[in-house]
Amino acid sequence: MTSKLSNAELLALYRQMALIRRFEEKSAELYAEGKIGGFLHLYIGEEAIAVGACKALAPDDHLLTAYRDHGWAIARGLPPGPVMAELLGKATGVSGGKGGSMHLASAAHRYWGGHAIVGGHLPLAVGVGLQIRYEALPHAVLCVLGEGTTNIGYFHESMNLAALWKLPVIFLVENNQYGMGTEVGRASALTNIYEKGCAYGVENQQFNGQDVVETYEVMANALAYARQEGPVLLEAITYRYVGHSMGDPERYRTKAEIEFWRERDPLCRIEDTMTAEGTASFDDFAAIQREVAAEVDEIVRFAEESPEPPDAALWEHVFVNPIGERE
Amino acid sequence: MAELINMPKLGFDMREGKLGEWVKKEGESVGQGETIAIIETDKASVEVPAFRSGVLHKILVPVGESVPIGTPIAVIGEPGEMVNLAALGVGPAAPSSVAAKAEVRAEAPAVTAPAQAPQPALEGGRLAASPVALRMASELGIDLRQVIGTGPGGRIIKRDIEAYLAAQDRAAQEAKVAPAPVVAPPMPIPSYEPTPEGYRAVPLTGMRQTIARRMVESKTTAPHFYITVDVDMEAAMALRSQLNALLPENEKISVNDFIVKAAALALRQFPNLNATFAGDEIRVHESVNIGIAVAREAGLVVTVVRDCDKKPLAQIAVEARELVARAREGRMKPDDMVGGTFTISNLGMFDVENFIAIIGPGQAAILAVSTVKQMPVVKDGQLAVGTRMKATISADHRVTDGAEAARFMQAFKAALEQPLRLLL
Amino acid sequence: MARMTVREAISAALREEMYRDERVFIMGEEIGKWGGTYAVTRGFLDEFGEKRVRDTPIAEGVIVGAAIGAAIAGLRPVAELMTINFAFLAMDQIVNHAAKIHYMFNGQIRVPLVIRTVGGGGRQLGATHSQTPDVVFAHFPGLKVVAPGTPADAKGLLKSAIRDEDPVFFIEHATLYQVRGEVPDDEDFLVPIGVSDVKRVGKDATIVSYSKMLQVSLEAADRLAAEGIEVEIIDLRTLRPLDMAPVIASVKKTNRLVVVEEGWRSFGIGAEISSRVTEQAFDYLDAPVRRVAQAEVPLPYNRRLEQLALPQVEDVVNAVKDVMYLR
Repeated sequence: MTSKLSNAELLALYRQMALIRRFEEKSAELYAEGKIGGFLHLYIGEEAIAVGACKALAPDDHLLTAYRDHGWAIARGLPPGPVMAELLGKATGVSGGKGGSMHLASAAHRYWGGHAIVGGHLPLAVGVGLQIRYEALPHAVLCVLGEGTTNIGYFHESMNLAALWKLPVIFLVENNQYGMGTEVGRASALTNIYEKGCAYGVENQQFNGQDVVETYEVMANALAYARQEGPVLLEAITYRYVGHSMGDPERYRTKAEIEFWRERDPLCRIEDTMTAEGTASFDDFAAIQREVAAEVDEIVRFAEESPEPPDAALWEHVFVNPIGERE
Repeated sequence: MAELINMPKLGFDMREGKLGEWVKKEGESVGQGETIAIIETDKASVEVPAFRSGVLHKILVPVGESVPIGTPIAVIGEPGEMVNLAALGVGPAAPSSVAAKAEVRAEAPAVTAPAQAPQPALEGGRLAASPVALRMASELGIDLRQVIGTGPGGRIIKRDIEAYLAAQDRAAQEAKVAPAPVVAPPMPIPSYEPTPEGYRAVPLTGMRQTIARRMVESKTTAPHFYITVDVDMEAAMALRSQLNALLPENEKISVNDFIVKAAALALRQFPNLNATFAGDEIRVHESVNIGIAVAREAGLVVTVVRDCDKKPLAQIAVEARELVARAREGRMKPDDMVGGTFTISNLGMFDVENFIAIIGPGQAAILAVSTVKQMPVVKDGQLAVGTRMKATISADHRVTDGAEAARFMQAFKAALEQPLRLLL
Repeated sequence: MARMTVREAISAALREEMYRDERVFIMGEEIGKWGGTYAVTRGFLDEFGEKRVRDTPIAEGVIVGAAIGAAIAGLRPVAELMTINFAFLAMDQIVNHAAKIHYMFNGQIRVPLVIRTVGGGGRQLGATHSQTPDVVFAHFPGLKVVAPGTPADAKGLLKSAIRDEDPVFFIEHATLYQVRGEVPDDEDFLVPIGVSDVKRVGKDATIVSYSKMLQVSLEAADRLAAEGIEVEIIDLRTLRPLDMAPVIASVKKTNRLVVVEEGWRSFGIGAEISSRVTEQAFDYLDAPVRRVAQAEVPLPYNRRLEQLALPQVEDVVNAVKDVMYLR
């Protein structure tokens, strides 16, 4: 790992990944306690992608993701307290308690949402890219999707139009090997997902999503290309240790497979590299872990102590301009 | 072809009738005009004759049950005919009586809410009216049973209400009467504190309800005043003895017949007391039809002897005897009860000294007659034994005044005290 | 005032709004070089250029999705779906995204989007190209649905839709484009969304309709007037939010209601209007509400059969007589 990043930057990335992991572990606990409802898709194991990619984004760049979105929200800089509050359905949640785990967003961060219809947000990303070109702005759009999404019509419609109009959109595929419980080769005719870019003449690249530095560097290059030229299709190879969602029976994989990937854990990777280089000690990482655990305790306290949305919130924001049904 | 027999309307203000007795049983042959059932109205028990001959196929209303007028009570048809009840709209489950009964109960205390009143109609006696027709009827106080429905299946629709209102207007214009009181005025209901010992609740019969309603109506709308006279009955009693000695048992003349005739002659002289107060006018009746109050266990009924001013005493006696007998036996015919222009209430048989009566609605006066008794009287300055009777008239001050009523009573008294005039 | 067709009115509205606001652009299949399959945008490409008049691939999902994305990012897109039958291909974008985003993200994100499309039968286009499924789109809270029946309303409502902050589904009718009428020239002539309009005053019965069936109802009214029957006609103009006030007021006056819609009767506009009238004006009805609607069959190609299936003037006349108990 030859990095342009400083040691301080690396430790900051490590800290962010640790925060996301601790956040997710705590989310699983709260889910088990019945404090989080609905679906809960955890990001444990994939933290390097969000953290590395967001490190490369400029403040005015746009982000759209699918529903495994907690890590992305935190990596993009949304305050983790309101993210957790959203999971708990609280008024202080980033979506006021009306979106839930799958629908985090922050207009202020140009994070246009976690979207839960597989593939549905790809055309939206194309539209944001269109706005950038329309207004001749220097921005780009990062659109995050799972490898399963590359089999849906939207993927092809979106790749085609983005390429046709040369829009600054990066389609970043998080290939965690499974679309729910179906491994890549059982769902996609092409298992090297990035090759699908060839069909539309879209620049494409596969990389190690367990390596936060590599992720950052690939993204930085892709962004530079997208701003100037047009869309890019990236494929990050990664793995989630946990189930697709809570309550996943996980009959589709072996313990040995999970162990194989745990040895390639993105956090351990930094710990191993930096201690080997002598740029950080295990005590440094232990201290960060303690800090992060305390921070997450505070995040949970904030979320739990936050108020429920008032009943009136039910009727708010159906329309910007509601007109009102006259009766 | 089977046909329905409906609850008949047996009086102008009859709303429902109670099945008193089925004279004919299911399956029995019936001749036209033969009595098939007896209906108890709020006034009397009335025989219902068959309008055609045939076989009584099906009884739809059991004895003791009340249904609104027009509700099917039985099915009459040919001997051996297979009767399709559903085709007649009364269904195998005979919903008419059940449904109608439920609605009658709901309606009974609420004479002011005719909109919900049941209607003799197609579907199990249920009234069919459009929502707006119902609302209009409710707001305008229209009894929907008076309205003819022209919508599908007889549904009363808006135009039917409008047509009804137009007809009412025309009738009012032609007769120049006050706005037709299509709804009986609400009956003020006195409130009673239940006694601590408790009480036995006796359901109001139709007759008691009607008496209550009519008496309250009269006492609260007609300003009553009263004049009592003492009539010397000596001559009348003597004349009666002489006449009855000549007559067979079933033609004998009662004291009341004398009184009826005397009142009739007095009414000819003072026709204002033979009248109806009708809001913006007084209707002076041409006929003198005298009602005779008859006490029955179930309640008071009034039977009417017509044209008493024109009929000889003997004829009045014969007619009154027959009418009173029918009334006592509860077998009045509808015509027996209607058309009275003046009423006499005689409690003489109860040894009553004197009493006052309440005027029947639609009449100007009622005469309360007490017992004919021997009593000390002053005659030519001497104490003597006289035969006297007290009579008190209750008169409607809207129609007549004290002096006129007093003169009427003088004429009445004179007629009885010189009774030969009654034979002229 | 100018006398113009519905086609010219819609065209004028688009042109005026594009001149008024740089952010307004149009996109869709065959809208540029072809000039629109209904010739609504003929000349626009030359007038505004390729940036603002964007021909798209035949890909309804990404047409609507990209328009949503552009709207989220700050543009005012007017996306055209060649016919409403193709809107089903974009149903997910319309229903799961356009209609939900503002609410789901607690008002942070706005979708000021107009989707123009064309519905209706009567041109022998067969079962898949002749539908009037307007009510389907009106089912979803969060989506405004507008369907004008006159040139003036077409212009005023489209201008309001483009200026509205919410997604508006704007349904034109294929056989209304040639209908002529007076249209105000004023560049700020707007017809408010969510306001029903009394198109004809009468006392004997109320007809509620919109779009093409408004014209059919107006013709029926003329015929009924010749027989001395005065019907009142309420033009809904907007299906969501539904403005019932003029309908209720009219029913209270006439006591009789006929709803005329081109779509199928089951679960239709008539069912909705009838239900609301029952809720709000039950005591004013003199007859059951009558619905005039399309025969419940996929529309056949054969001209005679097609006309048999579609509501005709005669059907409306008869329905009015039915509620007046004149038949």
